[in-house]
Amino acid sequence: MKFSEFLKTNNVCLDGGMGTYLQKQGLKPGEKPERWNITRPDIITDIHRQYFDAGCNVVCTNTFGANLLNFDAEELEAIIKAAMENAKAAREMSASQENKFIALDIGPSGKMLKPLGDLDFEDAVAAFSQAVKFGVKYGAELVLVETMNDSYETKAALLAVKENCELPVIVTNAYGEDGKLMTGASPAAMVTLLEGMGADAIGANCSFGPKQLAGVAEEMLKFSSVPVVLKPNAGLPKIVDGNTVFDVGEEEFAEDVAALVKKGLRVFGGCCGTTPEYIKALSLKTRELPPLPVYDKNLTLVSSYSRAVSFGDAPILIGERINPTGKKLFKQALLDNDMDYILNEGIKQQEMGVDILDVNVGIPGIDEVKMLENSILELQSVSDLPLQIDTANIDAMEAALRKYNGKAMINSVNGKEESMKAVFPLVKKYGGVAVALTLDDNGIPETASGRVEIAKKILEVAETYGISKKDIVFDPLAMTISADSSAAKVTLETLERIRNELGCHTSLGISNVSFGLPNRDAVNSTFFALSLSKGLSAAIMNPHSVDMMKVYYSYKALSGLDENCEKYIAAADSFTLAGEPLTAKKEVSETEIASKLQHSIIKGLKDKAGEHTKDLLKTMHYLDIVNNEIIPALNTVGVGFENKTLYLPQLLMSAEAAKSSFEKIKEFTAMSGNAPSDKGRFVIATVEGDIHDIGKNIVKLLLSNYGFNVIDLGKDVPAQTVVDAVIEHKAPLAGLSALMTTTVPAMEKTIKLLREKAPWCKVVVGGAVLTKEYAATIGADKYAKDAMATVRYAEEVMENL
Amino acid sequence: MNTIIIKTYKAPPVREKEALRYAGCRAADEETLKLLCSCIEEAEDKLNYSVCYGEFPLSINGDLCDFGVFSVQSSALAKNLSGCSRSVIFAATIGVGIDRLISKYGRISPTRSVIMDGLGSERIEALCNEFCKDYALENAVSLKPRFSPGYGNLPLMTQKDVFSILDCPRKIGLSLNDSLLMSPSKSVTAFAGILRNGEP
Repeated sequence: MKFSEFLKTNNVCLDGGMGTYLQKQGLKPGEKPERWNITRPDIITDIHRQYFDAGCNVVCTNTFGANLLNFDAEELEAIIKAAMENAKAAREMSASQENKFIALDIGPSGKMLKPLGDLDFEDAVAAFSQAVKFGVKYGAELVLVETMNDSYETKAALLAVKENCELPVIVTNAYGEDGKLMTGASPAAMVTLLEGMGADAIGANCSFGPKQLAGVAEEMLKFSSVPVVLKPNAGLPKIVDGNTVFDVGEEEFAEDVAALVKKGLRVFGGCCGTTPEYIKALSLKTRELPPLPVYDKNLTLVSSYSRAVSFGDAPILIGERINPTGKKLFKQALLDNDMDYILNEGIKQQEMGVDILDVNVGIPGIDEVKMLENSILELQSVSDLPLQIDTANIDAMEAALRKYNGKAMINSVNGKEESMKAVFPLVKKYGGVAVALTLDDNGIPETASGRVEIAKKILEVAETYGISKKDIVFDPLAMTISADSSAAKVTLETLERIRNELGCHTSLGISNVSFGLPNRDAVNSTFFALSLSKGLSAAIMNPHSVDMMKVYYSYKALSGLDENCEKYIAAADSFTLAGEPLTAKKEVSETEIASKLQHSIIKGLKDKAGEHTKDLLKTMHYLDIVNNEIIPALNTVGVGFENKTLYLPQLLMSAEAAKSSFEKIKEFTAMSGNAPSDKGRFVIATVEGDIHDIGKNIVKLLLSNYGFNVIDLGKDVPAQTVVDAVIEHKAPLAGLSALMTTTVPAMEKTIKLLREKAPWCKVVVGGAVLTKEYAATIGADKYAKDAMATVRYAEEVMENL
Repeated sequence: MNTIIIKTYKAPPVREKEALRYAGCRAADEETLKLLCSCIEEAEDKLNYSVCYGEFPLSINGDLCDFGVFSVQSSALAKNLSGCSRSVIFAATIGVGIDRLISKYGRISPTRSVIMDGLGSERIEALCNEFCKDYALENAVSLKPRFSPGYGNLPLMTQKDVFSILDCPRKIGLSLNDSLLMSPSKSVTAFAGILRNGEP
C-alpha cells in the first residue's frame, strides 16, 4: 500500500527520538550524527528496527541535518544512500506485522533566513532540494520536514520537496512556550501556509511534552482540513545525578497522546527523550482507537508570517493605498526606487485598522517583477498583515508569490481561459486565495445572471487544477453609476447570488462605483453599506476615508459583530473631526510662524514642524523656507551635537522634524510642478555580509535634510552593486558602513572596485569598528565618526566640485 | 555527556539610563525619556528571554584553554578563567521581536530605531546578568566576569565552537551568520569561570 492511502484510512504511528539515543551511544557534542549512517550503520539500523518492532508505521532516516549547507554534494549523497539502506535493512529485519514506511527526514538548516539572518531564501530551497533528490533516488516513500521554528524556512523546505518529487509530505514545526513559532507564526497561520502549499499532514514536534503541546494540536484540529500530527518530547529535560532525565514516563506519554487521538489527532510519535519503549506504549494505547475522519473545514484563509485572517461574517478591509493610480508622488517614488514611501503607506493603513494590504506597483518604465518582489519582501519585514498581490504581470505575480512568507491573496484571475491557465497553476503551487473577476472574453456581462454563470465556470476550471472553491473569492465588479444607472444594482444582485447559490466569498473595489461623480465618499460609503447587507465579505477601500470607516464600524455594531459596541465607541471620536481642527484660526505674522518652525525643528516636534511649514508656504517661497529657516535650525542642532550639549536621539528627532517639513514642501512643489532641490547624489550602502543599518539610516536622513539625493542600496550589498549604482547615477559621493571586523574586507573590496571603475567618486566610510587609521588603510577618502561628520564632508566635496 | 539546559526568564527590570547610554545619550531630557517609555511599552510583549548553557571541565595550559569538547588559544581568556577548573558556557537571546522593531523603525523613524536598539542592548545585558546571578545562586558557586568571543584576543571564530556544542539554533533559535554575526542580533555567548565558595 502507498503511504497516502494508508494515511487516509489509518492512524499513523511515527518513530521516536534519534538524537538523544545517539548521544547515549557516544555521539559527542558537535559531532554530526548523519555521518554515523556510514561509520556506525549497525547502530542506526538497530534503532530503526527497534522502532519498527515497537509497532510504528514510519521510521525517519537519520538525515536531520543532511543538506547542502552542512555537507558537500558527494558526501550528502553517500549519507542519504546509507541512511536509506539502513532503514530498509531495519524493515527487513523487523518482525512487526504493521505497515512499515520509510520517510526522508529533513531538519532545519541552523541558519536564519534573510532579512532576519543571512541565508537567502533560494539558497535554502537549493540546499534542501538536493537532499530531496537523493532521497527519492534511494527509495524514500514520504518526506518528513521537522523541527523548524521559522515559517519562511519551512516554506523553503516544502517548496524543495514539491519541486523535486511527488511524495507525500508531513510537516511538523517546533512551537515555543507561547504556542507560536519563534518567528511569530500561530498554529492557524502555519496550517494556512502549509495546507495552501499541499502538505499532506501538518503538526508540531519537539520542545515540549504532549501536555504542553496539546493547545497547539487543538488549534490545528480546528483549522486544518488535512490530518494533524504530534511528535512531542518526553517532557522537559533535567539533570539528576549528573545525567539528563526527561520528566514524562512512557505510560504518561502514551496516555496524553492517546487523549488527543480521541480528539482527532491522526499521526503521532515521539521526539527528544523518547525511546522504543515510549513508542511501544503509544502503539499499544492507540491500537484500538479508530481513526477519526478529517473534515474539510471550508475556511477561506490567508496568512502573513505570523497570523491567519479568516473570511467570515465580519467584513474584511483591504487597504488600497499602495497603488500608483492617480498618485503623482507615489509614481515618482517608484521611479526613484523609494521603498520607504511604500512602507509608510503600509504602516499607516495598518494603524487605520485594515486587515489586508493590497500591493500594486505597476507603472510603465520600471521593472515590475523586481519592484513587486522587493515590495513584498520589504512589507513583510515591517508589517504582519497578510498581503494581496495585485498585478496583471504573471511573472511579477509568480516572483511575489514565491517569496511571500505566508498564503497571499491574489488579485486577480478572471473568466478568460488564458487568465485561468496562467494564474491557477501558481495558486496551486504556492497556495493563495484568488480574487476572481466575473468577466471573460466577451467582456463584463450586463446582468447578474451573466456574471454568476462566469463564476460557475471559474469554479469548474479551478477544480480541474485541484483548487477548492474556498480559495476563490469573487469580485462581481462595481461599475460606475455615472455611466450606467443600473450598475450598482447588478453588482448587488450578483453579490447576493454568489453568496447564496455558490456559497462563495466576495470582494469589491468599492470606489469604482462613484467614478466621475463629485463628493465620491458619500456614494462609496452608501454602496459599501448596501454591499455588506448583501453579504460582501471583503472590500478594497481607503481606510483614511472617514465615511467608509463610519460604515464599517456601524455595520459591525448593527450586525452583532461588535460586543458591547466597544469597537464602535472607540472609533467614534475620530468621526467628528473631518481633518481640520475646530478652533478658530488666529492671524499670525510670517516671522512668528517662521520662528515657530525653527523652534519645532530644534525641539524635534515632527507634527508641529509639518504644520508650520504648511502655513509658511502660503506666503514664503519654499527655497527661502529651506535656506533661511530649516537649514539654520538643523545647523544649531548639529553644532549642539558636535559640542555634546545634546545627543543622538535629539539629533534624530530634529532630523525627523525637518524631514516632515521637507515632505510638506515636496507635496507643495509636486503640485506646482517645481522640482525639489538636488545638491548632489550620494550612494549609500551597508557592505556585503553586514545586515545592520541603523547608522546608515541616520546618515541617510541627515543627508536628505541637507538637500542631497540619497540612493540607498540597503544592507548586505555586494561591491559590484555599489559600483553599478555610482556609475548609473554619476554620483560624486559614496558612503559605506560596516559593523564588524569580519565585514571590513568587503568594504576594502568595494573601494578598490570603485577606484577602478568610478575614479571620480569620493568615498566616505563609517561604522562601529572603523577608525581613521583603518579607513586610510583600506583607501577611503574620509573617515566619518558620526552622521554630522558625513554631512560636513559631503557639503565640502560638493563645494569643491 | 554534557547536558545543555534551556531556561527562560521573565523580563528583568529596565535600567533606563543604561538603555539611553547604549542609544548614545549621556544625559536624558524629558522628550527622550518619554520616547524610551513608549518604546518599552511597544517592545515589552515581543521579547523572549532565553538562555541555553552547559557546565564544562576546564584545564588551562599557558594560553590554551581546554574544555574537553574543544579548546581555544587565548591569553585574555586564560587570564579571565585563571584559577577555575570548570566553566559555564552559555548563549542568551531576547528573540527576533526587537530586530523586527529596529528594522521597521529604521525605515520610518530612525529616532525610534536608535532607542529600540539601545533598549535591546540593555535588555540582553540584563538577561545575561540575571542568568549569571541565578546560576550562581542555584549551584552555590560564584562566577567570574563573563567573557565573550571577540573580547581581547579571544578570536571571534570561537563562536563556531560555542554554537556547535550548545546547539543554539535548536535550543533557543539562535543562529550564526557567515560573517559571525548572530541572528537574532540582541544575543550574547560567553564563558563564565566557576569558583566554588571562592575557590576553583
